[in-house]
Amino acid sequence: MPRIGVFVCQCGNNIESTVDTQKVADELKEMPGVAYTCSYKFMCSSPGQEMFKNAIKDNDLDGVIVSACSPHMHEKTFRKASEAAGLNPYKCEVANIREQCSWVHHDETKKVGTVKSLDLTRMMLERLKRNKPLKATSIPVTKKALVIGGGISGIQAALDIADGGVEVVLVEREPSIGGNMARLSETFPTMDCSQCILTPKMVEADLHENIKILTYAEVEKVDGYIGNFTITINKKAKYVDESTCTGCGECWEKCPFKADSEFELGLNKRKVIYTPFPQSVPNIPVIDAPKCPKIQKDKCGLCAKVCGPGSIDFTQKDEIVTEHVGAIIVATGFELMPNEHFGEYGYGKIKDVVSGLQFERLASSSGPTGGKIERPSDGKTPESIVFIQCAGSRDEAKGVSYCSKICCMYTAKHTMLYKHKVHEGKSYVFYMDIRAGGKRYEEFVRKAIEDDGAMYLRGRVSRVYEKNGKIMVQGVDTLSNGQQVEIEADMVVLATALISRKGADSFAQKLGIGYDKDKFYSEYHPKLKPVETVTAGIYLSGTCVGPMDIPESVSMGSAAASKALGLFSSDKMAREPITADVNKTTCNACWDCVTACPYTAIAKTEVKDREGNIVQMLAEVNVGLCQGCGVCVAACRSKSIDLAGYTDEQVYAAINAF
Amino acid sequence: MKITLSKDKIESEGIALIERISGEDLKQCYQCGNCSGGCPVSLEMEITPSQMIRQLQLGNIEGVEEANTMWLCLGCQQCYSRCPKSVSAAKILEALRQLHLRKGEDHAEIAEMDMPLLKRGPQQAMVSAFRKFVS
Amino acid sequence: MKIPYYPGCTLNTVAKPFDESAKASAITLGFELEELSEWNCCGAGFPLTNDNIMGLAAPTKVLANARAAGETVTTLCSVCYNVLKRTNKALNDDKERKATINEFMELEYDGSLNIVHYLEILRDTVGFDKVKEAVKRPLTGIKVGAYYGCMLLRPGGEVGIDNAEAPTIIEDLLSALGCEPVDFPDKIECCGAHLAMGKTDVVERLSGKIMTSAIESGAEVIVTSCPLCQYNLDKSQEKIKSSDAGFKTVPVVYFTQLLGLALGQSEDETSLKDNQWDIRPLLAERGV
Ligand SMILES: Cc1cc2nc3c(=O)[nH]c(=O)nc-3n(C[C@H](O)[C@H](O)[C@H](O)COP(=O)(O)OP(=O)(O)OC[C@H]3O[C@@H](n4cnc5c(N)ncnc54)[C@H](O)[C@@H]3O)c2cc1C
Ligand code: SF4
Ligand code: SF4
Ligand code: SF4
Ligand code: SF4
Repeated sequence: MPRIGVFVCQCGNNIESTVDTQKVADELKEMPGVAYTCSYKFMCSSPGQEMFKNAIKDNDLDGVIVSACSPHMHEKTFRKASEAAGLNPYKCEVANIREQCSWVHHDETKKVGTVKSLDLTRMMLERLKRNKPLKATSIPVTKKALVIGGGISGIQAALDIADGGVEVVLVEREPSIGGNMARLSETFPTMDCSQCILTPKMVEADLHENIKILTYAEVEKVDGYIGNFTITINKKAKYVDESTCTGCGECWEKCPFKADSEFELGLNKRKVIYTPFPQSVPNIPVIDAPKCPKIQKDKCGLCAKVCGPGSIDFTQKDEIVTEHVGAIIVATGFELMPNEHFGEYGYGKIKDVVSGLQFERLASSSGPTGGKIERPSDGKTPESIVFIQCAGSRDEAKGVSYCSKICCMYTAKHTMLYKHKVHEGKSYVFYMDIRAGGKRYEEFVRKAIEDDGAMYLRGRVSRVYEKNGKIMVQGVDTLSNGQQVEIEADMVVLATALISRKGADSFAQKLGIGYDKDKFYSEYHPKLKPVETVTAGIYLSGTCVGPMDIPESVSMGSAAASKALGLFSSDKMAREPITADVNKTTCNACWDCVTACPYTAIAKTEVKDREGNIVQMLAEVNVGLCQGCGVCVAACRSKSIDLAGYTDEQVYAAINAF
Repeated sequence: MKITLSKDKIESEGIALIERISGEDLKQCYQCGNCSGGCPVSLEMEITPSQMIRQLQLGNIEGVEEANTMWLCLGCQQCYSRCPKSVSAAKILEALRQLHLRKGEDHAEIAEMDMPLLKRGPQQAMVSAFRKFVS
Repeated sequence: MKIPYYPGCTLNTVAKPFDESAKASAITLGFELEELSEWNCCGAGFPLTNDNIMGLAAPTKVLANARAAGETVTTLCSVCYNVLKRTNKALNDDKERKATINEFMELEYDGSLNIVHYLEILRDTVGFDKVKEAVKRPLTGIKVGAYYGCMLLRPGGEVGIDNAEAPTIIEDLLSALGCEPVDFPDKIECCGAHLAMGKTDVVERLSGKIMTSAIESGAEVIVTSCPLCQYNLDKSQEKIKSSDAGFKTVPVVYFTQLLGLALGQSEDETSLKDNQWDIRPLLAERGV
């Protein structure tokens, strides 16, 4: 006869208000196999756990049920306590009488709740009688990390992991790391020059012995599981031999062909062989193959002639590389809603209507105008600039319901930069609300208004059109009786919505992580697990999760790195023993389970006789990959698969007890 | 002018009626003012469309009833087509007109209308005006 | 090819030139506008009330009669087009509403009618390139501002003839006729609509702003596809002129009048003399 203990938790009043826990304990006491029961105020409290451990020892229990909250909350707590009391942790089960019972039944007579709690506990009892002691397994961990995306957030994560003594592969799709921050002029709220604080980090990453940077590269495929990922990376052909190129710049000096610069957002040209910006890391150019006449039509080839070390290689092909890593950090960043989405603001056709990021380039000393604020159309210094906040943000009609969070701040910054560079200039800002919640942020916005004279108008702009070489801005000031206001401006800057990158959804599917309706990546828990994803071993960092500024992106990079380092802190990782097991005598090799398994954890194996002849084919579960989801159990028609801890026998016993 | 706020006023039957006639949820308007910014007649209005919605959000129907706003609305849909929240100020103004018209309070007398105009003008203008001004 | 045609109240009376020039042009372009044997006024405005569905009865009756005549119906007047198209959508979006309305209909309407504007036929069925080939009298060098107003465009999601913020369908037609289309900022603003019935001062200000915007952008002629826009723009000019000496008057015609002219109809056939501000001196001056 088993000796099972049942502990019914009152959870203060959470359970007790609709469940008579004492009655549950009393009735269970009468069941065969039950040696001990009690009702207790807070089972999860320290005294509660002490009592629990003592009861196990004193009553010589060989199995325990805690009827309390969801096993998601405290299963771990009680299994640990059981183990401390000398019991196999898998002989401890939790019956959920809170979320699934007391919280959903409002019967104050406690009748319904008590009956249901009794049922739930009895079912668990029958199940527990059939529990086998299980032993946690462990799997080896590959101590190497992959960081996808070389913006400030990814760079920070890579540096922290590398400083922790672990190797990092940093994959960036552009020819240089740096991301969007490299485009910024000065940064709020301290107004330090973006390049000056970013480039040292880029160089540090480049020189770090533990960091390998792969630029112009993209992750094609991710296989494996936490601790043991295999990554397939496509390194696009740069047509330049990275091992010999010295970055001297002869080639891009001499290249006679130009194209629009992606980095300058169409405000400037670059050569066909180029680095995105002067401080690029690595400082190695790439050839824009579709635009290169040598590659397309075998004409030109000037760069190869001027290159001292002979690094140009027109025959280079894309290269597939494979990396084995234990953890992945996703830091793929953001983009802006294109100006073309704003019909009412001229569809991106009015040249002097630019995005905030384009304005950063105009204000940047390394930008196309050398930091002079000039209109893109004719190079004139604008005498007035209208800034339109929430352009596309908080605009459900345009598909963005959220606040982009950073534009209130950078717009205030823009008005300051403008004022500092064009003293006579007048700036107008249309805003709906000012969201300046960070440290010293509110003061920053007030400074723009009070010290630098930015005229803030509360309201939206209805339309922007051209008239006699001026840009007419027609909007409203809701603070002065909802008056229509019209401004004749020289330039308009749209604080366009920050959105997820194109293809963010398909990339998430490749990684097996979740994303929300706006295609930002989903945290495991938005408050308590903000850098984890639903897939163990894959962590998130920066603006691929949602709008955030540099301080937040950097913090998140460090947080993700610390998660990875935690994983790397031991050689092996414990795994739950809840895995599937194939019955070799009944498996008839139909492979239904192989197709069904979402984690590709089931392999087709051969059973050979002594001569090496194949005598049988069998499905075999790789316990490292198996997540214990049980899909194969349902798929197997010959009932040859059982899940440890959730065997058919246990489940049927529980059902029959109802 | 002071407006005294109360739950009774904000959630009054009158407000519910306006919401029912218009099919619009007044709470959805977040007062960005885009409608007033784009409305071609807002310059002529005593209360601009967004301000009118604000008054209704406060439950102040009396505050907008006497204003010329509803009688000037052209139904041009500029407000609705650019509203980030897809709220139709035009529909809310129609509801305000209906509050009058359904009580038999006409805004225009056919007899007082300019006869030559009635003869020469496009019928559609008449039909449309009658529907907006006459019960 | 015969296409069932719903003229609406105004095209049968004061906007006859619109109707006639369109019909004659259709013949030249290989199709025929066949007026519905039975029709009524659409109501001249899509009902903005949500609780009263009777406003939909009149347009639904139009749709039911049109459906009996064929799968497609065309109109010329922007307002009719707006009302019919939105009614059709409102009925199809809400099956219950459709059923209720149908209880009042002699002829049941199932929602399956395709409503196209005459401009859409020219663009999508005939093709502007074919129109261009058919031009006998190119209106070369005439600078024309296409005035859309509101009803042809808004709400964009429900009407959808073209991009609601930056339409080009009329300009594309004008180019085919040899004209020089002039883009102007106020081409999608409202003329003052039914305020013509009492608040003419407001109409004058709104229409005046639109015309000034067109003229300042270089337009010598304005075309429209709405009898009410035509009326408001036409009629406002005298008053504007009297108060603003600098105001230059401008002919306001239906796009079909220019179409007819280009396809070879005479100035009489296109009723050019009926417009308050005569376009003929300009045509003569340019020798087109
Ligand atoms: C106009 C403007 C002004 C701003 N001003 C300030 C300011 O003053 N102060 C401040 O704190 N913040 C400012 N910000 C915010 C700041 O730019 C961001 O917080 C920061 O750049 C986010 O960094 P990130 O690494 O998350 O993303 P990103 O900078 O977008 O970096 C992501 C990187 O990942 C790469 N990538 C994307 N997909 C892949 C893939 N599939 N494979 C490989 N690589 C990939 C990208 O090429 C990019 O290099 C501003 C933002 C804007 C738009
Ligand atoms: S010339 Fe040769 S070495 Fe110099 S940057 Fe170009 S590829 Fe590199
Ligand atoms: S941060 Fe400011 S400007 Fe940007 S969406 Fe939010 S409220 Fe609008
Ligand atoms: S545009 Fe829409 S949200 Fe903005 S004030 Fe007008 S009705 Fe409200
Ligand atoms: S529909 Fe009425 S309120 Fe809306 S923009 Fe037009 S005139 Fe103004």
